[in-house]
Amino acid sequence: MAMPESMNDAPALPETARPEARISRPAMIAALRRILPAERILHEDEDLRPYECDALSAYRRLPWLVVLPDTTEQVQAIAALCQRHQVPLVARGAGTGLAGGALPVEHGLILSLARFNRILDIDADNALARVQPGVTNLAISDAARDYGLYYAPDPSSQIACTIGGNVAENSGGIHCLKYGLTVHNLQALKIVTMDGELLQLGGQGLESPGYDLLALMCGSEGMLGIIVEVSVRLLPLPQRAEVVMASFDDVARAGDAVSAIIGAGIIPAGLEIMDHLALSAAEDFAAAGYPRDAAAILLCELDGTAEEVAAQMAQLEELLRQRGAGRIQRSRDEAERQRLWAGRKAAFPAVGRLAPDYYCMDGTIPRRALARVLSGIAALSEEYGLPVANVFHAGDGNLHPLILYDANREGELARTEEFGARILELCLEVGGTITGEHGVGVEKIDQMCVQFGRAELAQFHALKAAFDGDGLLNPGKAVPTLHRCAEFGAMHVHGNRLPFPELERF
Amino acid sequence: MPPDHHQQFRDAVRSAHDRGTPLCIRGAGSKDFLGRPPRGEPLDVGEHRGIVDYAPTELVITVRAGTPLDELEAELAAQRQMLAFEPPRFGAGATIGGTVACALAGPRRAFAGGVRDALLGCRLLDGRGELMHFGGEVMKNVAGYDVSRLMAGAMGTLGVLLELSLRVVPCPETSLSLRQQCGATEGLQRMRALCRRPWPLAGLCHDGEALLIRLAGSAAGVEAAARAIGGEPLDEDAWTAIREQTHPFFADTLAGDAALWRLDLAPASPLPAWGRWFIDWAGYRRWLITDREPAAIHAWAENHGGHARLFRRAQDTGEAPDARPPALRALHQRLKAAFDPRGILNPGRLYAEPEPNPSRS
Repeated sequence: MAMPESMNDAPALPETARPEARISRPAMIAALRRILPAERILHEDEDLRPYECDALSAYRRLPWLVVLPDTTEQVQAIAALCQRHQVPLVARGAGTGLAGGALPVEHGLILSLARFNRILDIDADNALARVQPGVTNLAISDAARDYGLYYAPDPSSQIACTIGGNVAENSGGIHCLKYGLTVHNLQALKIVTMDGELLQLGGQGLESPGYDLLALMCGSEGMLGIIVEVSVRLLPLPQRAEVVMASFDDVARAGDAVSAIIGAGIIPAGLEIMDHLALSAAEDFAAAGYPRDAAAILLCELDGTAEEVAAQMAQLEELLRQRGAGRIQRSRDEAERQRLWAGRKAAFPAVGRLAPDYYCMDGTIPRRALARVLSGIAALSEEYGLPVANVFHAGDGNLHPLILYDANREGELARTEEFGARILELCLEVGGTITGEHGVGVEKIDQMCVQFGRAELAQFHALKAAFDGDGLLNPGKAVPTLHRCAEFGAMHVHGNRLPFPELERF
Repeated sequence: MPPDHHQQFRDAVRSAHDRGTPLCIRGAGSKDFLGRPPRGEPLDVGEHRGIVDYAPTELVITVRAGTPLDELEAELAAQRQMLAFEPPRFGAGATIGGTVACALAGPRRAFAGGVRDALLGCRLLDGRGELMHFGGEVMKNVAGYDVSRLMAGAMGTLGVLLELSLRVVPCPETSLSLRQQCGATEGLQRMRALCRRPWPLAGLCHDGEALLIRLAGSAAGVEAAARAIGGEPLDEDAWTAIREQTHPFFADTLAGDAALWRLDLAPASPLPAWGRWFIDWAGYRRWLITDREPAAIHAWAENHGGHARLFRRAQDTGEAPDARPPALRALHQRLKAAFDPRGILNPGRLYAEPEPNPSRS
């Protein structure tokens, strides 16, 4: 993991603008003035400051310029201009990303989609919402509610995160086990490519001819195209939703209960585990009624028609009893359901109160490896002397360890990041992945060298080049160069054979 | 380290790459009728079969691409699980690799997701014979680009699929189907209305004579829904006939200029009086038997948020017109070149392509 020299130094990213093609800032501003009005082009430090980082605030870089277009035509013209002058371009939604995907790039433009905030059409007959990329995730469901419909993927930041960003990260949320990720709920996109072309991907049907570029855009972290319009599928609101909270005296037992639930053929609408540190912090913060002495709690939500929920609930409670749950509490009404979830939804700020800073990790593991990974994390926590609270999307194996630290203590940020990197490598060891939903961004770029080999990384670069031959869209993010893998030594040496033997090392 | 039996495929593709010889990737050949004609030296993946790993409580199975669908589904059924996308075979011996490459899904698709939604990872050979592994065995995975999902519907033009990791789902506790006699327009309206409510739907189509409804889930939920929705009982077998197109609607011989068209479009789109319609996927997919001129059908489908494809005709499948705007076509070609620089993998299967380029490598 790249180590910043101080909290405010962003990691060194490769320079992408060729020196001889570099346009001066005044000249760039003059060129941009022909596309959009002066007040939409930010260049004063105090105006640029809010864009210097996303939610990975340990990494900051003041952007060279920020533009806030209103229209697709402006976005096209800006992209074409940037390509002409080889200026890198970083698209930004609400800046809630946790991996530094929207971190400004040297001599590059931040293109904010914040002004693309209109809901264009809610078509209830066709179960479709057509919106601009800057619309928040929750705003879509709010608008659809009048028709008895909603948009299912619900990342915890949904009140602030934008749908464009959700596509870029293939966001999930608590309900994704049953209802899928963004890719499973996406109908169509309009994107602007780096040469300024506008492409329509997908449509209003469920299948499209040719290559599935819609799926490819999901999780592409701003590297392939700029999203200027999003169409999502809407689902009917469930008739009934109930949640059960079950306490366990052992986290492994909670994990086994999850496997038993899935094994019984139940796919809950939500399935979350919190360990002792996370649940007790949440209880202090939100008073949700969690038993403070529990080693872990499981929250399991069922939704559907009233009869379906009743039938599954009976089965679920029996399973939990058999698996050694201590207290089993079922929500009797909507208010209680909200209250039981309130603690989980407030987990991050609740844990955040325990220390000056926290670092939220994001890895996915096979569920059967949960006990092993948690005990591995506990051992690392001892080794580094840093406490960790764990929140786990038990349904799909996506784990969020929250490492508590104090950035003001000498070297503590660096040690925290090292600890985090070792957690990700542990996820890989058990057959998982380094990022479930937050993305690679800059944060996990070195771990990409561990997760993928040379052939895959080269293929990723070739795929990216098909979209963006000059490498101007969000350069230095998500996919490391082979040289970076060699230099930062994140590759493991097996059998005394150095990987990439053809690359020079210094 | 890749298992030894990948080596023969690597060698075959590498050799074809070096010679610039087109390869025709073959499973059981059950989808030869689909798309543009296959050509090239056969690369037989049919013997590359078997389950690599299956973890029912993880909801994932990893399987070799040549595994017949029947074998795969039997393995899943033994654990009371299934593929959510309910794939058709359209021929004996249909393999999971071909199924994924053609992205074919059955009546459940509109409610449980399509082929690409279920793809978690893959092992493939690119057009140079390079072995690669993308994705993994977990659903929440956003490391790198989603190359695995890109393979769905690519008809083998981006890589030779060797292994696939697929999400599986539990079989529903029970399934119950209903039939409501009504015309197509009325049937479409009823389907769209049903979709506005949270019923446990697993199939919704109109076969030209009646609205067919499949409910699946817990017994209590399904029975309550059936009582509320109403209709005559319908045998569960009906859905197999729909999936495999052995239903009478499809079994009619196409005479003269009549053709079977497949349309994907906005589900509430109307039903012009052009011939006989079979409505599937709650309106999202339409089958049309007509002798209407192709240009009109293509244009109409595009105006309704989708596209039309000539699926079967008495004489031949016919050329699907390349309706891609120039920028999109160029992007597809660059993407293809990124995976298969010499254009040897199933050339021309999706769109007309240039001959393999002898000078690039």
